Amino acid sequence: MNLTLHVWRQQGPDDKGQLERHQATDVSPDMSFLEMLDEVNEALIKEGREPIVFDHDCREGICGTCSQVINGQPHGPQAETTVCQLHMRQFKDGDEIYIEPWRARAFPVLKDLIVDRTAMDRIVEAGGYVSVSTGGVPDANAILIPKDDADTAMDAAECIGCGACVAACPNGSAMLFVSAKVGQLAKLPQGRPEAASRVCAMTETMLDEGFGNCSNHYECEASCPKGISVKFIAMLNREYLKALPKLKSK
Amino acid sequence: MQLMNLFRSSVGRKLFMACSGLMLAGFVAAHLLGNTTLFAGSAAINAYAEQLHKLGPVLWIFRLGLLGALLVHVTFGIWLTLQNRAAKPMGYAKKAVQSTTLAAETMIYSGLALLAFVVYHLLHFTLRKVGLDPSLFSDAAGQVDVFRMIVLSFKQWPLVLLYTGGLAALFLHLSHGISSTFQTLGACNEQLLPLLRKAGLVAALALLAGYLSIPLLTFFGLVS
Ligand code: HEM
Ligand code: SF4
Ligand code: FES
Repeated sequence: MNLTLHVWRQQGPDDKGQLERHQATDVSPDMSFLEMLDEVNEALIKEGREPIVFDHDCREGICGTCSQVINGQPHGPQAETTVCQLHMRQFKDGDEIYIEPWRARAFPVLKDLIVDRTAMDRIVEAGGYVSVSTGGVPDANAILIPKDDADTAMDAAECIGCGACVAACPNGSAMLFVSAKVGQLAKLPQGRPEAASRVCAMTETMLDEGFGNCSNHYECEASCPKGISVKFIAMLNREYLKALPKLKSK
Repeated sequence: MQLMNLFRSSVGRKLFMACSGLMLAGFVAAHLLGNTTLFAGSAAINAYAEQLHKLGPVLWIFRLGLLGALLVHVTFGIWLTLQNRAAKPMGYAKKAVQSTTLAAETMIYSGLALLAFVVYHLLHFTLRKVGLDPSLFSDAAGQVDVFRMIVLSFKQWPLVLLYTGGLAALFLHLSHGISSTFQTLGACNEQLLPLLRKAGLVAALALLAGYLSIPLLTFFGLVS
């Protein structure tokens, strides 16, 4: 099939950038979306033009590096699927496809479709961890965890930190991402000791990094390739309420 | 200080919004219940108005509490909206909305419309500075006949239209606001959220129908 692409091209962080038309010809429905772009890039390179710059790494939907908004939807039209796992059979001959980078103040565009997502790393550094004093290896099953809690923690741990939730949010909020990290640790006994300081530090850092506030549009959940539920945002809000009485002045 | 932490965290800021919104919504519901005494006739609503005024200082505590809630709600509403806009400086050339609603996207506009309506409503029925000439519904001693005031007002179609507009803004605001409050306060999970989103809409519809019945039934001569 043949497709018309409208791709965001931007030389660097300070360039204004604009959409550029590209043709993708003889695209096989079995190709992945990124393979289709690889072919377009091969053609561009042969013509002596600059290829389209985009992020990718594992290409199997687990690393969270690929990041493209396709026809207005982060990761494209297929539910719970990353761009790298999206296949061209989702499209049809003659389609016009808009490809844009994640948009949020906290994610400045570096070049074309690549944005700087280190703001999310700094949110994790603020509290998305448990402090472990090393020593002897603890006995397996010494700490009992109810199955339901373990399952919920695993659901939250599915987050691959891709940032699609931020890209989808009309407020550029990272609340779904933060709630997945907070929820994952809140459900496990190892996460409880630091639960109060974690939820405060992470939601404060979220604002400091220039993300917006959640106003319950739920666009994040609809775009998340891992199907992280907004129930984790409610859980984060509960964790915050629980933390309030424990806070010391700063 | 605890309060500073509340301001610094994104969730803390949202809590101000949710708590003040909940207080306002609670008042909106209670106010409708009080107003339905209109349908019991002139004596009932006048007695209700008199009882309210007899509360004296208690009434003033309620009024100041509500004013405080409104101030917090408006201040934080504008502040959060500006922050959220700044966090999304650029949208997409091709837009595709998946889950949000018109009501959610227009909270600041329905809110500001509500604010304008509340100001008019207070000037109209509480301070009696706009609308009808007070001499039409007060006796020589200046005693106001609340029933007459409402009925005469809502015989005027421009006023009926204006109140319908204000109530439409209230409906839009609460159709998102009610379920949103539960989520913000953490009283939500996977099973509850879709139910609450429907229940919030139904509650907002019920408030709309209840309030609209007052100007509409009066205008069409069913209350006299
Ligand atoms: C009778 C008056 C009002 C009632 C009953 C009311 C009620 C509510 C409720 C229940 C919420 C949901 C809170 C949450 O998401 O947790 C809300 C949100 C909101 N209200 Fe109001 N409100 C009123 C007036 C106003 C006014 C005058 C403004 C003007 C600034 C306003 C602006 C907003 C905004 C912007 C939000 C969304 C905040 C966010 O989600 O970030 N509201 N309101
Ligand atoms: S919550 Fe979902 S959309 Fe957001 S970063 Fe994690 S995996 Fe990506
Ligand atoms: S490239 Fe790793 S998730 Fe898409």
